[in-house]
Amino acid sequence: MPHDLARQLAHGFADPVHEGQAVFRAAMEALSRPGRIRPLPTGLRPPAPLTPELAALALALVDADTPVWLDAPLRAEPAVAGFLRFHTGAPIVASPEQAAFALIADPARCPAFTEFAQGTPAYPDASATLVLAVETLSDESGPAFTGPGIRGTERLDAGPLPADWASRWAANHAGFPLGIDCLFVAPGRLAGLPRSARPVTPEATPCT
Amino acid sequence: MNPQVQIQGTVPAGTGYNFAYLDEGTKRMIRRAILKAIAIPGYQVPFAAREMPMPYGWGTGGVQVTAAILGASDVLKVIDQGADDTTNAVSIRRFFTATAGIATTTRTAEATVIQTRHRIPEAPLAEGQVLVYQVPIPEPLRFLEPRETETRQLHALAEYGLMHVKLYEDIARHGHIATTYAYPVEVAGRYVMDPSPTPKFDNPKMDDCPALQLFGAGREKRIYAIPPYTRVRSLDFEDHPFRVQSFDRPCALCGAEDVYLDEVVLDDAGGRMFVCSDTDHCESRRADGHMGEAA
Repeated sequence: MPHDLARQLAHGFADPVHEGQAVFRAAMEALSRPGRIRPLPTGLRPPAPLTPELAALALALVDADTPVWLDAPLRAEPAVAGFLRFHTGAPIVASPEQAAFALIADPARCPAFTEFAQGTPAYPDASATLVLAVETLSDESGPAFTGPGIRGTERLDAGPLPADWASRWAANHAGFPLGIDCLFVAPGRLAGLPRSARPVTPEATPCT
Repeated sequence: MNPQVQIQGTVPAGTGYNFAYLDEGTKRMIRRAILKAIAIPGYQVPFAAREMPMPYGWGTGGVQVTAAILGASDVLKVIDQGADDTTNAVSIRRFFTATAGIATTTRTAEATVIQTRHRIPEAPLAEGQVLVYQVPIPEPLRFLEPRETETRQLHALAEYGLMHVKLYEDIARHGHIATTYAYPVEVAGRYVMDPSPTPKFDNPKMDDCPALQLFGAGREKRIYAIPPYTRVRSLDFEDHPFRVQSFDRPCALCGAEDVYLDEVVLDDAGGRMFVCSDTDHCESRRADGHMGEAA
């Protein structure tokens, strides 16, 4: 019944213009300064396991033009797809390779990066952006990165992630300009890792 | 939810326009292009540029990028060839004052977003600032290869020999690299990029800049970016290294050296003076007591 649907549906942004802008600016800052953690306040209460931060990025960035892929825990809860369809109109796709954005609530079981769109040599922008809801997010420990947006090196520790994350990321960066870009969200916080971020391996550091 | 509440939040009082003119769907499309542009520094991301209420060539690309990133608390500065008080700068500043109701400034240090036509401010930019360039022709190889399908392949293959031949031909004809504006740069060791028609004097300011640099080309429908602290190298040769213009006199008004100067014709008898192209820089220096010979 329509009445029930309205009651069950979690609300979107109270102020779509300015909240959407604030979330986008946080994502823009996060991707342009990889490894720096940005605040991401949100008043959303989406259906679990969609976290408020995953929902905020989805509402700010996706619409009918951007196919969205949901990982297994998000797919298992129909209210998540219902929330996203109602508020964004984004098509929910079954296969990761079709997605412009992937929402990932269980990052430890994140599919291989190569399952997502990598872009083409002529159009490397036709590639996926992964939004991963992590439990821990720290810029004081973890692997170090260098590259555009980073003065010297920056560290970024996010977890839980798959055990082979470091080698996955190294391969993702090595494919530049092809590859995927990651946004990590934790409660109230956000960090970005674009494909341009080069992992600094300990043995490579004293390179002369 | 009360729909009236939402509408009040999106429309600045009395204008009838959405905040910063563009509709939210357009902003999202531009925002996604900006994020990919940042992830792939120097690569030109295609975007569905809209018709804007100003002619092409007046900064429709820059205006769309600015409209997509602008928030209610931003402070906007707009410059045209370094000046805050010329037609293009005044009308774009007024456009955003009317459609977004945001604060504007002429002071470089106070601005959070600076939209520019063909200059980078003399005052160093800081973290947290965004510099938005208006770009007429984003493709650095366009005058060497008119076909978009071909230039796209050249970028995909990082095949930039054509550009080096062009610079070499400058040397063969003139004895030096005669390109003085829109001087090609290599971004983060990969893509060759057109820095928009800024004088090559400004190229070194793009390198390792603490601010985010975004480029919007409205007619050509391209957005590209240089993230902060990114290596930006002006193309050159070992025996003909990149050099910026130098001026044989200081600014006539504020006495500044090592700045980019504009020539101002004073009369029809050959009288002229050279003054800072960056009006805010010149005014700040004069307020601090610096004086040039014509002040």
